[in-house]
Amino acid sequence: MKQFIKALAFGLATIVSVSALASSGGVHLDHANNDLTDKESLKKGFKTYINYCLGCHQLQYQRYNRTFKDLGIDEADGVANYMYTGDKVGGHILNAMPKKEAAKWFGSAPPDLTLEARFRSPDWIYTYLRSFYMDENRPFGVNNSVFKDVGMPHVLQDLQGVSSIDEHGNVSPAMGGTLTVEEYDVLVRDLTNFLEYVGEPNKLEREAMGVNVLIYLFIFFIVAYFLKREFWKDVH
Amino acid sequence: MLMKLCTDFMGWIDKRLPVTDAWNKHLAQYPAPKNFNFWYFFGSLAMLVLVNQILTGIWLTMNYEPSGDGAFASIEYIMRDVDYGWLLRYMHSTGASAFFIVVYLHMVRGLMYGSYQKPRELLWIFGMLIFLVLMAEAFMGYLLPWGNMSYWGAQVIISIFGLVPIIGDDLTLWIRGDYVISGATLNRFFALHVIAMPLVLVILVFLHILALHEVGSNNPEGIDVKKKKGSIKPEDQSKFKFHKQYTDKYDIVDAIPFHPYYSVKDIMGVAGFLILFCWVLFFAPEGGGYFMEAPNFTPANGLKTPEHIAPVWYFGPFYTILRVIPNAMLGAIGMFSAIIVLFLLPWFDRGTVKSVRYRSKLHLFNLIQFSICFVVLGALGTLPATPTANMIGAIASFGYFGFFVALWFYSKNEKCKPVPERISH
Repeated sequence: MKQFIKALAFGLATIVSVSALASSGGVHLDHANNDLTDKESLKKGFKTYINYCLGCHQLQYQRYNRTFKDLGIDEADGVANYMYTGDKVGGHILNAMPKKEAAKWFGSAPPDLTLEARFRSPDWIYTYLRSFYMDENRPFGVNNSVFKDVGMPHVLQDLQGVSSIDEHGNVSPAMGGTLTVEEYDVLVRDLTNFLEYVGEPNKLEREAMGVNVLIYLFIFFIVAYFLKREFWKDVH
Repeated sequence: MLMKLCTDFMGWIDKRLPVTDAWNKHLAQYPAPKNFNFWYFFGSLAMLVLVNQILTGIWLTMNYEPSGDGAFASIEYIMRDVDYGWLLRYMHSTGASAFFIVVYLHMVRGLMYGSYQKPRELLWIFGMLIFLVLMAEAFMGYLLPWGNMSYWGAQVIISIFGLVPIIGDDLTLWIRGDYVISGATLNRFFALHVIAMPLVLVILVFLHILALHEVGSNNPEGIDVKKKKGSIKPEDQSKFKFHKQYTDKYDIVDAIPFHPYYSVKDIMGVAGFLILFCWVLFFAPEGGGYFMEAPNFTPANGLKTPEHIAPVWYFGPFYTILRVIPNAMLGAIGMFSAIIVLFLLPWFDRGTVKSVRYRSKLHLFNLIQFSICFVVLGALGTLPATPTANMIGAIASFGYFGFFVALWFYSKNEKCKPVPERISH
């Protein structure tokens, strides 16, 4: 049996090391270091999303009132400051962009972003929004070092400014935006934070419940262990 | 007073349906060898996971919409708007992977202790049928979220059936119900996933347990606890009371009633398992991208192939065997053979000694190399097919089939240690 456990351990170690090798390829991603418990950050991210992203990218599975509740936004405040489209407060976060035309404008229709953080990872979003650079050959004059030849313009350009890329593929720090580099990073981090929240609104609840469940199960295991020992006294 | 009422009630029932007798025969007076170890938890755990899948499945069905337009959105509806929907969904998705982990370990147990050998061949075959139906069940279930990996994973697997000569194209058309995977495919997979397959699965599990109780449980020593009637002195027999179905035909030694001894032990096993299960469920439900794959967070799109299509991890070993054989047709044959040889294991092994504890070093080595090859094949199945990966995969495939061939040769005249008459501890 010991040999078997060793064999299985060896196999598992192989899986882990081989898959680590496989996933190390591709672009380098910066750590977002976002914090889902930081409600101020989530609110700011929500605001940025409404102002800059929602015009093109829906959150078709997420509801306004659910977001208000989870982010600690008073409903009246939410309706006044976060809802510009005249939707119902219980409705999904949608926009009015016509899909077919949008596909013509951008090459492909802007995707829904409800699950983007789960599809790409928060680190990807954080890095992507900080990786636009000038490229004369693209329709909107910008390209992205994380998502090559992306159809999307650099919507946050007024805030970040413009960067260029050298022949080694290094993107220079952005210049001429209304925000400093640090301020822009914070803005993107908040936005990333918000998108991670939207990807799985129950994440914090899930983890909190998990702690309680595990505490319960540890106690249950101990009780079960002693119960078993008590019963097995007549066997030994 | 209440006691008497209960006894009377059970008496009334028992005259009409042998409930007490069945309880005794299969639980309270079923002779289980006293030396079950860690590996014997996985049978009852597989039952637990099956019940989990059925119960969470019923509740998921209440809010799931089996249509090409609505499936993906209905999953997100379950995740966000249904009370504890996220919990049900994660219990079901984590349960699917847990099912395979538990079943694979259950099968390793059978290999180690020769639980497939005579007279347990049919028991083993029922087990293998369960495994086969489970794979079909899991495959169809994986299409239902209608994510992009669901779609393309199903595309790959269904195309394997297209390799069948002559009828291949018609066969895939028949499976899909359409020229491409579509809402029609989703609908029929839904029907099969929630009714047909679970029904077959439950019947097979029932037969698996009946067959087990007919021949009796094996144990880590591979020594039978049922001895010829009259061969054991009464004072040497097990001191516990067993059902007359067993004691009429055999003298029982070194056994204990399944209930309460193994029921309390299994409860402990359940607690231990649930700690691991809930740890994944609550803190890593995506299982590092293996239990839920990232492309599945985008809806099915027949025009947009994921960068790297990988079947779910539990199909990995068989998928790798398919892939390392350069010819597609031969690859498919190889993949199906990998399952068929498992069915035939009781006849590949011509030995009479069951447990690896008393078998040759060669057998121990063969089992270990087989386990390693299986795990390596599984790992490769989730990775892109590079030349290096294919070479390792070919070696591991060779080891996989080599296990059976080698077993057939050496088991005839294998040098085994003498097997004791009785379980000593």
